[in-house]
Amino acid sequence: MATVLVGMADWKISRSPDILTTLGLGSCVGVTLWDKSRGIGGLAHIMLPSSEGYTQHNRMKFADTALKDMLETILRTGASRANLVAKIAGGAHMFSGSGAGNVLKVGERNAENCKRILGEMKIPLLANDTGGTHGRTIELNIVNGQLKIKTVGFGEKFI
Amino acid sequence: MADRVSQALSGDREDVFRELGSIGAGNAATALAGMLGKRINMNVPEVSIIPFNEVPNIMGGADNIVVGVLVNMRGQMNGYVLLLLGIDDAYSLLSAALQEKKTPPENFYIGSLSELESSALVEISNILVGSYLSAIITITNLSIKPSVPEIAVDMAGAILNIVAVSYGHIGDSVLFLKTQFTSEDSDMTGNFFLIPDFSSYKILMASLGIS
Repeated sequence: MATVLVGMADWKISRSPDILTTLGLGSCVGVTLWDKSRGIGGLAHIMLPSSEGYTQHNRMKFADTALKDMLETILRTGASRANLVAKIAGGAHMFSGSGAGNVLKVGERNAENCKRILGEMKIPLLANDTGGTHGRTIELNIVNGQLKIKTVGFGEKFI
Repeated sequence: MADRVSQALSGDREDVFRELGSIGAGNAATALAGMLGKRINMNVPEVSIIPFNEVPNIMGGADNIVVGVLVNMRGQMNGYVLLLLGIDDAYSLLSAALQEKKTPPENFYIGSLSELESSALVEISNILVGSYLSAIITITNLSIKPSVPEIAVDMAGAILNIVAVSYGHIGDSVLFLKTQFTSEDSDMTGNFFLIPDFSSYKILMASLGIS
């Protein structure tokens, strides 16, 4: 078993019995895809809600482009579209932002957009743990599809 | 790959930006020294452009717990000033300010701070960030209105998301200025990050006579 680390604005695909993890999600959102029967999982660490209006960019940063690319790759890796299920975590408001602009609300928009895009892809969203004012470190166990969420002061849980 | 963020620091601009950080942190160090009655030293600021996925490494890794104090700048220059303190450093500051030895509990989180400690930390940070910013306002002659500071105690990666998001629209790297101050007896380090938004960066440079 290996633990595969996914950095900010990155996504990775791996197979059972690996663990996919990403550290310190604040306003960023972690989106996992999982195919139980084929034992394949994917994790994206998304930074911004939409690539609209950007021509030259890193596709892994944005919810729309990252999820599209991760979905294509996980299907090419052997996952079955009908089996795929998703979970998401993150999208916090780290600073509530009195007098601050859009940058501080990006967490909420990230989470909303990820949910909408998964809906458009017809991938069931099994669980989500988004919002709040705290950071999250997440781990997807590809063996059983459990998503472990670790926080500072808000406990640890599985969704 | 040279993106717009890297181009922004060509030529003399890096030096100018570094100087700005020195002046800001110097002023903050003076304020802190006055408040604590101690000598405070400051290092030469680092100006860096780094890929945003490497940003959390600055503070010991994305899941390392830090104290972050954020001030939003509005006016002729928009952006943020972020002060990051390691937990031990935050407690050194608290001990000095409250004149009582304070040590962080195991499994430290924001709720570990008493109301007094939390407000003392906000107050000290307010003075530090405020004096940092007021030096920058004086030297640039820009009209900048700082917001009330906000405190967060959480994973470095989560707190630093704000930096990546501020620059995420224009490139894959971030521009920031990090200045540390240290106190001779408590080995305390404060990390200031000046994060002008990209359009303000040009205004900032122009105000200092750099085209």
